[in-house]
Amino acid sequence: MKILALDSSGLVASVAVVEDETLIGEYSVNYKKTHSQTLLPMLDTLAAMIDLDLHTIDAIAVAEGPGSFTGLRIGSATAKGLGFALNKPLIGIPTVDGLAYQLAGSGNLVCPIMDARRQQTYTGVYRFRSQSEMEVLVEQCAIGIDELVDKLNEIGEAVTFLGDGVPVFRSFLEENLKVDYDFAAAHQSRQSAGAVASLAMQYARDGKMVDAADFRPVYLRLSQAERERLEAEKRKEAENGAEES
Amino acid sequence: MTTNKEVKILAIESSCDETAAAVVVNGRNVRSNVISTQIPVHTLYGGVVPEIASRKHVERVNQVVKKALDDAGMTLDDMDAIGVTYGPGLVGALLVGVSTAKAIAYAADKPLVGVHHIEGHISANYIENLDLEPPFLCLVVSGGHTHLVRVMDYGKYEILGRTVDDAAGEAFDKVARAIGLGYPGGPKVEKKALEGNPEAIPFPKAKVSGNAYDFSFSGLKSAVLNYINGAKMKGEEINEADIAASFQKAVVDALVDHAMNALDEYGGDKMAIAGGVASNGAFRKAMEEACRKRGVKFYRPSPILCTDNAAMIGAAAYYDFMAGKRDSWDLNAIPNLKLGER
Repeated sequence: MKILALDSSGLVASVAVVEDETLIGEYSVNYKKTHSQTLLPMLDTLAAMIDLDLHTIDAIAVAEGPGSFTGLRIGSATAKGLGFALNKPLIGIPTVDGLAYQLAGSGNLVCPIMDARRQQTYTGVYRFRSQSEMEVLVEQCAIGIDELVDKLNEIGEAVTFLGDGVPVFRSFLEENLKVDYDFAAAHQSRQSAGAVASLAMQYARDGKMVDAADFRPVYLRLSQAERERLEAEKRKEAENGAEES
Repeated sequence: MTTNKEVKILAIESSCDETAAAVVVNGRNVRSNVISTQIPVHTLYGGVVPEIASRKHVERVNQVVKKALDDAGMTLDDMDAIGVTYGPGLVGALLVGVSTAKAIAYAADKPLVGVHHIEGHISANYIENLDLEPPFLCLVVSGGHTHLVRVMDYGKYEILGRTVDDAAGEAFDKVARAIGLGYPGGPKVEKKALEGNPEAIPFPKAKVSGNAYDFSFSGLKSAVLNYINGAKMKGEEINEADIAASFQKAVVDALVDHAMNALDEYGGDKMAIAGGVASNGAFRKAMEEACRKRGVKFYRPSPILCTDNAAMIGAAAYYDFMAGKRDSWDLNAIPNLKLGER
């Protein structure tokens, strides 16, 4: 089984090819260039390096979100276009799960934190039962950093953080955590398509694949216009309810 | 390349609120033209919401592309190139089409041709008018653009004038909102105007200092809003149909005047229109009459080719492709791409 994986959910652009238990190639760049300019050229370069015949791929995995809306769209549209042209299924990997899998085998709990702006983080909490088997304690979600700290203090186990939220929230964590904690090393601290592909191998074995046409990213957040419209509707309902009672 | 070979292009367009794909042969023969519109979604918000538009494109793009190939009775293998709109437009929306087109072209090992959205609109005229060849003048009028263009050759454009503020279609949307017609404004104002008197209210014709071919519609829009507010202050009833008809006439007059002035200065015997507003009946009729009076041949696409669509992108992509234009895998969406910039 051969899986091509893409992750452009954050600042990192990453492509990888995994065949069964072997990572054949991975190309990751954490630099300010836009993913729309880098992702496909990176795949092209990687494919040339490893003599990849795209038609030998069994599935295309992609970090499905959350993350930068623009980044998710580039990754998703690219994966969907590849899936369409190659007639291969897609595997959507929750971005935070993919990040957590960077620390596969960790003895500590693993807690990826992505900067979601407005003092919020895209996060989740994970435990490794073995070197490769990951248990989800808190499913990926968008919550306040204070809420996350409360959860971790409640669970009460040592935890390792990673992700682009670390530099943003580090001092808050240091001041408020009551459990032991540390931070992932540089090579493990950001999104990696290798981890996405590796986790996708498990999804593929479980049959968790979708048709490329049906795949859609998981934003975890509505657009601002939708949020405001729903809030306005709620206010209206509340006012009407008050009038009736 | 043999001269009688058919060049088949799969084109994708996602610059605003239509997800579209088409198969076009030799630039003029449309084998399929699929448009999935998002208008019902955006109507809830009174206009296009970029983030929602981008999300909808991701959800629809594969189905639309597949239907375009199916309708044409062809497969991806049959295609000679993939064309895609890469600007101007909403960046998030553009990125979906660009990323998808690049991935398809890459995986199917086909050349990629990035297309300018306005060049697409202009090229819509080639589809139904096999006799039309450059040079000609073209007035491109839509919700986002108002350009008076000299088409010198395929892929060669000289902009004579453009709007200095609102696009003509934008003014339609704003006036529609002001008289309670809602979104999208163009077709709604046009329908309302049919019941009204275009001479009822003398809205000012917009004047722009500087370039004689530039347009301005924001002053006209303000005049309409002032008229409505004035009537309200005096407690007078407003006649929406008269406002719609008079406003529409003012826009059409400005457009036709500029086009005719350009014909006077630059000569030529061919005048075309393009873009969403080019489907406006009053505008089509006025241009047709003005051109007939001068003995100038008038070209306009069918309404379905005036709105955003991918057939027009396929037409433009064909001429770019034949001229040797190829884009690489780092093609990016350029929201403010200028006409004639390459």
